[in-house]
Amino acid sequence: MNKTANRIVIIFLKNCIRMLSLLFAVSIISFALVSASPIDPVQQYIMGIGPVSEEQRAGIEAYWGVDKPPTVRYFSWLCALLHGDFGTSLLYRRPVIEIIAERFQNSFAMMLCAWIFSGIIGFSLGCVMGMNRDKWQDNVIRKLCCLLSSVPTFWLGLVLLLIFAVKLGWFPVGFSTPIGMRNNEVSIWQRLHHLALPALTLSLMSFSNIALHTRQKMIDVMNSSYILFARARGEDRWTLFARHGLRNTILPALTLQFASFAELFGGSVLAENVFSYPGLGSAVSAAGLNSDVPLLLGITLFSTLFVCVGNMIANLLYGIIDPKIREVGQ
Amino acid sequence: MRQLKSYDGLEQKQWLQQIRFNTRTRSLVLTIVLCLMVLAAYGAGILIPQEAAAADFLHAKQPPSWQHLFGTDNLGRDILMRTLKGMSVSVTVGIVASCISAVVGILIGIAAAAGSRFWDGVISWVIDLMMGIPHTVLIILISFAMGRGLRGLLAGIAATHWTSLARLIRGEVLQLRSRHYIAVSRRMGKSDCWILIHHLLPHLVPQFLAGLILMFPHAILHEASVSFLGYGLPPEQPAVGIILAESMTYLSSGMWWMAFFPGLLLVLTVWLIDRLGENLRRVIDPYSAQK
Repeated sequence: MNKTANRIVIIFLKNCIRMLSLLFAVSIISFALVSASPIDPVQQYIMGIGPVSEEQRAGIEAYWGVDKPPTVRYFSWLCALLHGDFGTSLLYRRPVIEIIAERFQNSFAMMLCAWIFSGIIGFSLGCVMGMNRDKWQDNVIRKLCCLLSSVPTFWLGLVLLLIFAVKLGWFPVGFSTPIGMRNNEVSIWQRLHHLALPALTLSLMSFSNIALHTRQKMIDVMNSSYILFARARGEDRWTLFARHGLRNTILPALTLQFASFAELFGGSVLAENVFSYPGLGSAVSAAGLNSDVPLLLGITLFSTLFVCVGNMIANLLYGIIDPKIREVGQ
Repeated sequence: MRQLKSYDGLEQKQWLQQIRFNTRTRSLVLTIVLCLMVLAAYGAGILIPQEAAAADFLHAKQPPSWQHLFGTDNLGRDILMRTLKGMSVSVTVGIVASCISAVVGILIGIAAAAGSRFWDGVISWVIDLMMGIPHTVLIILISFAMGRGLRGLLAGIAATHWTSLARLIRGEVLQLRSRHYIAVSRRMGKSDCWILIHHLLPHLVPQFLAGLILMFPHAILHEASVSFLGYGLPPEQPAVGIILAESMTYLSSGMWWMAFFPGLLLVLTVWLIDRLGENLRRVIDPYSAQK
């Protein structure tokens, strides 16, 4: 027990160090990319507030520190970051950290729904395919998965929007709350009602990967010698599945699902834009289009953190829960 | 007499067997057919004159009809023509970006496996870094850094797609390095460069081509998504993503054809290219395609 606990701590610390090094590198790279941009943030800012004189412009430049070299700017930005100050968004005129916190709640609710839904659907379809290898169920679902992987997320979102929101009117067309209502008056059902379509779009896009992976694992399990023995003892298909198939495939599937946070976030950028859902994804594309540098950098760092946490959970799951690896470690 | 008859039957059977293709021939034929279809769609996009997609306010906002198969948009432009033109742009961007990406991938993969332990560690850390930032966010950042436009789009897509191929190539080179014939070759005094060209590259070329082909559909989809978000190509260029982004404004007024058909054509093209890649892979690299 003690050894296991030690190993958990060691894996955790190793992952933390790796995560910190990655975050540091991402901060350098994203800052370098943003400073290399020919788009002048001062010009964009001035365009937003109207005509200004030369002196005012010089004042803004001095206030922002644009005249200083990039390394100096980077270190002052990094120092502010370490104190928890991400700067102020030019687009929303509020501290970046506040915007991220608020929007992440929306995004998180949607991504969580999509994540759970795609996991359940993908895993069960994968099991069905793996148990019925080369039969019609397998062929039909596999073709469907291949076809879905060539469908762009945003188009699927548009089609769902057309059918369910415009034509049938079952779901609202956009946003996370009904229009004209205050944030604290909105009930949980109204929120769920608003995030249903984006979450559905996102989960439809991501389940094929996990389904195909589970299928392969299930086929490997079903070809093993312990299954041959279990068959010889007279176990029927359901018992085979429940006793051996399910237990051996669920952990790899769960690991894969945790490791797919990057695609989940990438997909949410598109889904949120289609449904004008006020989450991080729509904020990052708006920030890029409107040259809102602090927000863009803040969300890049935050999304990297999000993906790294997912990868860390996947690593921990692999090293700790899996009894095979656990015993080797001891 | 009876014997002769059975001999006849045998001959007929052999003749039938010659007609029936084996898997390789079938994939070859399928590859050629799919290739022609993709080329036809691509050629149509280039050959269609600009006037075919010109604005015509008399026929604006028309639903699909025989005259305009996909309908017309808010300026009266024929959506089918615009989509075909846009598709050729998207396919070009996808192909160029994935070619750059594949070359980067194979170079980095070889460098990781053939260099020292230290460089291997550094490269795998860089790959982790690339995979740590969500692709869409990274493409937005790179596109922003290059001042939006076609160049930024190409660089963004090329920069995000090489990682998986690099990992694959690295694994392959590591496996090949421990083979006997490489050790023998080295003992016979051949230089590293000679071994790389004569022993490693012939094994890597099929992997490289397969990786490149599998990258096309992804690159095209990413191109469409990023143009949809408003990065990349300028709005007057008829890329599929831009057509779909324009259609967003008219969705609630019931102009469903503006969004539905261009996307459907995109799905069809990507699917065709995906199938093409799968068949081509079977022809080039029969061993790994059997899995």
